Amino acid sequence: MDVLIVGASAAGLSTAEALRRLGHDGRLTLLDAEPHLPYDRPPLSKQVLAGAWEPERARLRGQAQLDALEAEFVRGERAVSLDVAGRAVTTASGRVLRADAVVLATGLTPCRLPGQGGLAGVHVLRGLDHALTLRAHLTAGTRLVVVGEGVLGGEIAATARGLGLEVTLAGLGPAVLGDQLGPFVSGLLTRTHAGRGVRLRLGVAVEGLEGEGGRVTGVRLATGETLPADVVVVAVGSRPATGWLDGSGLALGDGVECDSRCRAAEGVYAVGDVASFHHEELGRRLRLENRTNATEQAQTVAANVLGADRPYTPIPYFWTDQYDVKIQAHGLPSPAAEVTVTEGDPEQHRFAALYREGGQVTAVLGWNMPKQARLLRQQVLVQPLTTA
Amino acid sequence: MKVTIDEDKCCGAGQCVLIAPEVFDQRDEDGIVVLLDAEPGADRHAAVHEAAAVCPAFAIEVSE
Repeated sequence: MDVLIVGASAAGLSTAEALRRLGHDGRLTLLDAEPHLPYDRPPLSKQVLAGAWEPERARLRGQAQLDALEAEFVRGERAVSLDVAGRAVTTASGRVLRADAVVLATGLTPCRLPGQGGLAGVHVLRGLDHALTLRAHLTAGTRLVVVGEGVLGGEIAATARGLGLEVTLAGLGPAVLGDQLGPFVSGLLTRTHAGRGVRLRLGVAVEGLEGEGGRVTGVRLATGETLPADVVVVAVGSRPATGWLDGSGLALGDGVECDSRCRAAEGVYAVGDVASFHHEELGRRLRLENRTNATEQAQTVAANVLGADRPYTPIPYFWTDQYDVKIQAHGLPSPAAEVTVTEGDPEQHRFAALYREGGQVTAVLGWNMPKQARLLRQQVLVQPLTTA
Repeated sequence: MKVTIDEDKCCGAGQCVLIAPEVFDQRDEDGIVVLLDAEPGADRHAAVHEAAAVCPAFAIEVSE
């Protein structure tokens, strides 16, 4: 059997490794739009952006380990269409790659603000090249406006403060990570940012960008205020990179719609950020933009490609590091949940908390308490991670 | 099988402990990996391989 994986980032590469580990000895091809060796994304907004790591350190695997996979890597070639019935992918250069099974792992495309394209000094952060370009502009004293109060926006603001920039964080939500973690934890995190000297403009819409001579000069808010900026980072979320699948016949909603086995069609699977799957324990569709999901889902996809019939029922899990705060969240925290601190003390900057909705524990969160949060995770009412 | 860990790379995600709790643990204070068994028995090899595969920081190395 031949397997083609479209996208060679964490999810795609992990699927390839899992296929080999599970005994796949047929052809294995990985197609990726980027020219780089597979690299990891979480460090891009932290260690790489801070300049603490050279880009090579963010590589997922060394050359020897990639060679050991005995896979063909087709780099710098973008997939432009998929023939579902023929399991064939056409690339931008017109090359056609065929396989018995195709795994879609094309990830996300960052959302942009209207008018962003025409202005210098406005950045997004998704890939390694984005991070290196942005890094070159993050010099002490520079006025940076980060648009977006989610995980990425918060991490970029924290990194930039560490580099001595003047940072303003603007976002529609009421607090940093408010939509993800609810008022209690996001309130603490927002105060952490304020305490570190980040100027906050939260709960207000960004109306647009202002520029002069083709270069950004500020970010205009709905309140009428304009935030002066030398550099702007737009971190307002991402969309599943499914544009190339339009017209393929695959169901494309919020991502590639798969069944509980991560199968989008006969012989076609999706994995990682791009995959929307039916979670049997939760009884609903889920798409996770988490680093941990990329590798975990890859194990299930690889097994199913090789003939297993495993439902994918993860406990979602993400972490974020901002300043000296390490937050880890297991389950599905929601702003509506009731939050109870069960260990440690928020005043001491170290605690674990349970999120409850309708009397059920829906999530566990650790604030500088990763081990304790992990130990509490068994209380989350979805099946635990299982081994192959 | 020989297992080695890299504490500098470890991000404290704890995925390894979830999969192979007999082989890995985490430090109480910061969640960094603790290796409990550097030469686990054959019955644990599959779990250790999976733990190394899902580690988001690639901090676990396994040699036969």
